Amino acid sequence: MADKLITIENVSAGIEDEDILRGVSLSIGEGETHVLMGPNGAGKSTLGNVLMGNPVYKLSGGKIFFDGEEITGESADKRARRGMFLSFQNPLEVPGLSLDEFIRNAIRQKTGKPIKIFQFKKQLAEAMALLNMDESYAQRDLNVGFSGGEKKKAEILQLLMLQPRFAILDETDSGLDVDAVRTVSQGIREYQKKEDGALLIITHSTKILEALKVDHTHIIVKGQIVKSGGPELVEEINEKGFEAFL
Amino acid sequence: MSDQITNSEKNKITDAPAMRQDTPIDISGEQDRILLEGTQRDLYDFKDEEREEDFYRIEAGLTEEIVREISREKHDPDWMLEFRLKSLKLYEQIEVPDWGPPIDGLNMDRIATYVRPKTDMAGSWDDVPEDIKNAFDKLGIPQAERESLAGVGAQYDSELVYHNVREDVAASGVVYTDMESALTGEYEQMVKDHFMKLVPPTDHKFAALHGAVWSGGSFVYVPKGVKVEIPLQSYFRLNAKGAGQFEHTLIIVDEGADLHFIEGCSAPKYNVANLHAGCVELYVRKNARLRYSTIENWSKNMYNLNTKRAIVEEGGVIEWVSGSFGSHESYLYPTSVLKGDGSHAEFTGVTFAGKGQNLDTGAKMIHIGRNTSSFIDTKSISKGGGISTYRSSVEIRKSAEGSRASVNCGSLMLDSESRSDTVPAIDVRTDKADVGHEAKIGRISDDAVFYLMSRGISEAEARAMIVSGFASPVSKELPLEYAAEMNNLIKMEMEGG
Repeated sequence: MADKLITIENVSAGIEDEDILRGVSLSIGEGETHVLMGPNGAGKSTLGNVLMGNPVYKLSGGKIFFDGEEITGESADKRARRGMFLSFQNPLEVPGLSLDEFIRNAIRQKTGKPIKIFQFKKQLAEAMALLNMDESYAQRDLNVGFSGGEKKKAEILQLLMLQPRFAILDETDSGLDVDAVRTVSQGIREYQKKEDGALLIITHSTKILEALKVDHTHIIVKGQIVKSGGPELVEEINEKGFEAFL
Repeated sequence: MSDQITNSEKNKITDAPAMRQDTPIDISGEQDRILLEGTQRDLYDFKDEEREEDFYRIEAGLTEEIVREISREKHDPDWMLEFRLKSLKLYEQIEVPDWGPPIDGLNMDRIATYVRPKTDMAGSWDDVPEDIKNAFDKLGIPQAERESLAGVGAQYDSELVYHNVREDVAASGVVYTDMESALTGEYEQMVKDHFMKLVPPTDHKFAALHGAVWSGGSFVYVPKGVKVEIPLQSYFRLNAKGAGQFEHTLIIVDEGADLHFIEGCSAPKYNVANLHAGCVELYVRKNARLRYSTIENWSKNMYNLNTKRAIVEEGGVIEWVSGSFGSHESYLYPTSVLKGDGSHAEFTGVTFAGKGQNLDTGAKMIHIGRNTSSFIDTKSISKGGGISTYRSSVEIRKSAEGSRASVNCGSLMLDSESRSDTVPAIDVRTDKADVGHEAKIGRISDDAVFYLMSRGISEAEARAMIVSGFASPVSKELPLEYAAEMNNLIKMEMEGG
């Protein structure tokens, strides 16, 4: 356990008094990519949010460790500063705050160091090019008026710029057309390659996984992980659907 | 002001989910300390002890004798004394407004209407008395002047203590002087022709009060075709306890000329009421353009009952940029009278009402000329039980065919005890007009706060970023250093209890 980057120990959590997660345990090592699949309402997004410390969800039991230290109950900003990241299923719109200003602020708060503007701009332009994002998006208000696809690309842009050690991608592929899925997964591959970053990919389709290296797959049903396996499990789900695991 | 704004439409949201308050705001982190640097309230709240021998202070209250004494002290021409006495009579006759925030806490018997530092107005900063200079130095004046202004006036209590205009600006014929000098100098007739013609003392009770006891302020004249490239600034500081400030600003931008004027206001906090009832009259001639920017940060014991009005001739443009942060209570609705055909007015404003504040702000547009256009964009923020009311009136007269008006007001409540109301009135008397209105009232979204926090941004900073973003339509319109000051004020208000 000590050598795992993130460890979830028997976590139960939910909104108000109702548990959505019921005793979930999971460990992810450095540089590993795990896939979490399951039918709607199984608790996939809840797990992502609980890992990131969304205060809407209350833990009723269990512990979470990051890099050997317990982070249960820690606020989201502290988790982010440790190197955690959540790509949101529905990224929020923040009027008046531009995308590049936001990323710059986040890097500055995370590292505690001033930003080298020239280097930042170059890095941002490269990442945007990789994601097929028009440069003008950098000056636009964060997610305001972005299409579904642009919002998801902006999430992956933040992933590439913030260089976390562990990222949760919550339904990053949902609502994207084929081209956008390809572009986004290219960005994710870049993250895997460059940062050797660990990933938990939450999805209910398998399209996004085609171009990615996957180490482990978990199936979550009714708040519990019912089956874990290797990348071959993805194939199995493709063939049989979730029915077989209910 | 009290005449047109009666129609009301309340959009208060009462059933929105209460804001999460269980998470303590972490301001211990190093980054946060850096961000909060220079935003402490005492930056503005410091007060300078006034030694009796250094100030002339008129006895509190309002009587004919007091008005005569102010007039004597100020060496008014005769017509001005008459004007003051006539205004005093009106003041006694006109009732206090029966709408807007309650002003029972304001007792005129306890307000000293005239407090003059015993110093002559200086044309050089070195000649300003040390204690007053320190006060302005702390506020960054005239440092700002050295960096980015064409001219500066600084008023302390009832009189200007400093006035200076850059030589090249003065050489182009631009007049920027204190009202007293203008009143007795070569521009006396021009002052007489315009003084309180746009805001007559009959307008409302505090306009009448202003007419009776006004002191200080600035007179600006920009000759035909002269474009002043960099802004002029006036700074008003009311330091005296239990006093009133009644400065008068009169600006005439002649045909085809262009000016940006900035006013800043602040005062230290006392436990007795202070009163600000200034008056701003702006004359924008044919094809001229005037931008009038204000950052107001009065202390929280101030009654801010200010009247601002512009009249715009054919093809002229008035642009108001307004940041209202301080005061205990405010009534403030800058008015644009679009008299000339094709004239245009814009009002961009942000109001931040914190604990103990009741700020009633907005704008008024009167379309008279054909093809006139007006645009209102306001943001109000309330926190800690503060009340922020947006109140506006757009009037399109029968003569104003082909006119367009648009009103866009947004409110943000930062907690469940704060309040935000929207009272927009629209009165259109012609079919040939295009009028739009959009109002949004909301709360700061916990999801958005979590979103920013998930990127490593602290909760306090995340909230400040969301609020600054909300107010950005205004800060974007301000010169860089003022935008920075405004964002500092927002951070300061976010931190303050």
